[in-house]
Amino acid sequence: MLKYKKIKEIAGSLVVVEGVSNIKYEELVEVELENGEKRKGRVLEASQGKALVQMFEETRGMDPSSSKVSFLGKSMTFGASEDILGRIFDGSANPLDGHEYPIPEKNLDINGNPINPYCREFPDNFVQTGVSAIDGLNTLVRGQKLPIFSAAGLPHSLLATQIARQAKIEGNFSIVFGAMGITFEESRFFVEEFKKTGALSRSTLFLNIASDPVIERITLPRLALTAAEYLAFEKDYHVLVILTDMTNYCEALREVSASRKEVPGRRGYPGYLYTDLASIYERAGLIQGKKGSVTQIPILTMPEDDKTHPIPDLTGYITEGQIMLSRGLYQQGFYPPIDVLPSLSRLRDKGIGEGKTREDHPGLANQLFASYARGQEIRELTVILGESSLSDTDRAYLRFAEKFEERFLTQGVYENREIEDTLNIGWEILSLLPQSELKRVKEKDIKKYLSTDKESKTVKEE
Amino acid sequence: MEQKKGEIIKVSGPLVVAKNMEGASIYEVVKISKMGLLGEIIEISDGVASIQVYEETSGIGPGEPVERTGSQLSVDLGPGLMSAIYDGIQRPLKSLFKESGNFITRGINVSALDEEKKWNFVPKVKEKDTVVAGDVIGEVEEMSIYHKIMVPFDIKEGEVVSVKKGEFSINDVVAKIKTKEGKERNLTMVQKWPIRQSRPVKKKMVPSKLLSTGQRVIDSFFPITKGGSGCVPGPFGSGKTVVLHQISKWSDADIIIFIGCGERGNEMTDVLKEFPELKDPRTGKPLLERTVLIANTSNMPVAAREASVYTGITIAEYFRDMGYDVALMADSTSRWAEALREISARLEEMPGEEGYPAYLGSRTASFYERAGYVECLGSKKREGSLTAIGSVSPPGGDLSEPVTQNTLRTVKVFWSLEDRLAYARHFPAINWLNSYSLYLENLKEFFKEKGGEDFAKNREEAMRILNEESRLEEIVRLVGFESLSSRDKLVMETARIIREDFLMQNAFDDVDTYNSFKKQSDMLSMIIEYYKKGLDLLSSGQSIDDVLSLPEKEKIAKAKFVPEKEYEK
Repeated sequence: MLKYKKIKEIAGSLVVVEGVSNIKYEELVEVELENGEKRKGRVLEASQGKALVQMFEETRGMDPSSSKVSFLGKSMTFGASEDILGRIFDGSANPLDGHEYPIPEKNLDINGNPINPYCREFPDNFVQTGVSAIDGLNTLVRGQKLPIFSAAGLPHSLLATQIARQAKIEGNFSIVFGAMGITFEESRFFVEEFKKTGALSRSTLFLNIASDPVIERITLPRLALTAAEYLAFEKDYHVLVILTDMTNYCEALREVSASRKEVPGRRGYPGYLYTDLASIYERAGLIQGKKGSVTQIPILTMPEDDKTHPIPDLTGYITEGQIMLSRGLYQQGFYPPIDVLPSLSRLRDKGIGEGKTREDHPGLANQLFASYARGQEIRELTVILGESSLSDTDRAYLRFAEKFEERFLTQGVYENREIEDTLNIGWEILSLLPQSELKRVKEKDIKKYLSTDKESKTVKEE
Repeated sequence: MEQKKGEIIKVSGPLVVAKNMEGASIYEVVKISKMGLLGEIIEISDGVASIQVYEETSGIGPGEPVERTGSQLSVDLGPGLMSAIYDGIQRPLKSLFKESGNFITRGINVSALDEEKKWNFVPKVKEKDTVVAGDVIGEVEEMSIYHKIMVPFDIKEGEVVSVKKGEFSINDVVAKIKTKEGKERNLTMVQKWPIRQSRPVKKKMVPSKLLSTGQRVIDSFFPITKGGSGCVPGPFGSGKTVVLHQISKWSDADIIIFIGCGERGNEMTDVLKEFPELKDPRTGKPLLERTVLIANTSNMPVAAREASVYTGITIAEYFRDMGYDVALMADSTSRWAEALREISARLEEMPGEEGYPAYLGSRTASFYERAGYVECLGSKKREGSLTAIGSVSPPGGDLSEPVTQNTLRTVKVFWSLEDRLAYARHFPAINWLNSYSLYLENLKEFFKEKGGEDFAKNREEAMRILNEESRLEEIVRLVGFESLSSRDKLVMETARIIREDFLMQNAFDDVDTYNSFKKQSDMLSMIIEYYKKGLDLLSSGQSIDDVLSLPEKEKIAKAKFVPEKEYEK
């Protein structure tokens, strides 16, 4: 293999190499420093006799005159095998847990290939997360991509581990966890949580902490998804992929784009942010004739709690719904602080109901949603007019909204609710409303599930 | 003659630059490297060509060959198009699956139409007949339509030398024509057409027929004509795709072209799964039999996304030329514009607004201009139409962004989707106050004929009531509902009825999902009658509570769930 000693320029994570020949776009590059240390990168732009290389690691200490560059003739791959379960890697797929790298069964290009839309299977199977606000109202479906829109200071990490711990899909189930640009404490928290609850044995973790190279944040989700696709479509696992925090990923993308002096789109993010995000999120789904599935829960923090910021905005255009966390609810002490009104699972109606969850689920979900929305409206009115001016029905709605937050929404970090429990709590709080108000649930479901007076009294007295 | 090959000098994402390309023309299709990746020349100077590549370029490098094909990016038009699902450059996804499995790999060459299948060709001309461009020489039955085989447009006039009858595959010669210039031409059932060029017509006409979509808020309030153009902008979660799906399902077009341009893979799966099961309300045949799908999902190559809308509209024009009413949906044109932006940035062009290229406006306009109600080429009179509807995904729901604004400058119908309505579960979330249709004048006669004398008046009255409601709402917010006058209370109540019982329509309810125009106009007149009766009662001294408890209200509320058949009682 040829080694070049012709680094022309180093700027940030970008390196320009001249006098080279026969290079390929996206080819992997190795730079050997004077002291023998090797660092990796990839070709971003291949021109005649010149290559623009993006380093995956830091460029600090690289001396243009003495470093040697070699082109490896292949693009970045991930060595996949079933033994990756129970292991922890960094953003370049180096083991972080002190063990040897598992012997790969297959080397896969981390960029993957798009799933042929003709071969997709439509997702319509329920995934139980044990969290009522998700299972009951914004149901996750196998093969869906359902992001959590959070903000700085909200407990999304706690919720993510809770879902990872509790999620239940029949069959082989595994978790691929990718963390980009998180703090050391957070990464310790994740690893400890996974170890403590025994979830680690069925999981693969990819961690990139804030002090790790920025570029690895760009490759990390692709490594994670390559691992997930391998497990799902070659080894028949149902894989849940949790990616946190996509905002750090996008920041890294912006950093690289800016250092390449590209024409920026909105707020300095590159114009291809949508396409780039899609190349990650679209790697979820089911394939006809394959037993496994890839379900994604990306987590992002909205800068300034702003939903119209390019990151949440473009994410929302690609994913199939969103779970919104609310600062207001969190400050009032509710956990998980999921604001159900702006949350949405686009695939919910395909994954619930008879034979999937329970026959009353669709109607109940609509009723809870509508009643809570009405309760919120009345709350706002009460602020202006005072509670004394409300009718009895309005007051019932107010109490319903309170109970909804206290009973239905709120649950412990280690409280794993079966879907039946979630639905029963839903009916329990509906009993606070006059029956004439329950227009979205079927008559026969009311007879079967609505608590009798005696029981509902206990709710009221609680 | 061995053609000179070009040589790659630079690769940057979907853009490849090659030298030694003297003699190549702009928009010529080229094959890149030994893998034969498809690309299209988009800029050329001094023998150096910039090429946008329709497939992933990783692993490609300088020094590799670029082979010219001499032709422009074209689509194959002929029997076999119906119910096909293609990618952005007309490669059938079904064949790609057979070639490469569940994931799309590179450099696969498959023909767009099934070359093996035999079609029963029925001639419509005789020997010695004189034919001109666009004349139908025969037809084959394909799914729910008769696929007409037309004289290609480059034969201006000629005489039929021979014509066959029977079972043929698409590449078999079915007729021979001696052109006026004296050349003999063999005709097969396929023709090619470059996608960036619109197919010619005899003349364009003013559209004056309603494209009935079965959606109340669209047909009655903001109608679109056959041959019209419209757009559906809205933030995410406001139901753009559902609106487009509804129109594809229930509109009375003969053929639907659905372009999934940079959107979700699962949405295409949904269409593929649902359309074969749903029946066309007019013909009773599965909806997929009148549909052509173009799927270039968000994770498929960007350059092919740019081409996908042109591929779609060229196929649409082809069916229009046969004299059919074609409706084209592009979901979403914002992703197409973003693809333009991405390529433009790689070409290092001077950016316009928000990084979009300065020619975004002209490209958008020329796309929508390909819609229209036309008289087709050919000696016999044939009318066809192409309706173009595009969704727009404005960032953050902000309609002032360039793609929405450029689209609004061209299209005549604007259905504004709002997330506020979607959160309140008011679907379709089309805002009735700022949406518009500029076809009302064109449709005046049509409305009179199909909806009766009163329809236009009722519609206006309903719009007036809704406008008044929005004014009154502000007052209510300040002083409460009770302080309104009786007349204003009636306005508020009628507006609520219009909103909840007329504008809201459940796409997932078996009956409510589709309403004939006749039923719509009757429902509207019921509501306006109630309002008028209420006004009369009020002026004769009755209390508002009596008016609000009139039994008519219940009948109105139930009307939308009465099946079309029963309703005709």
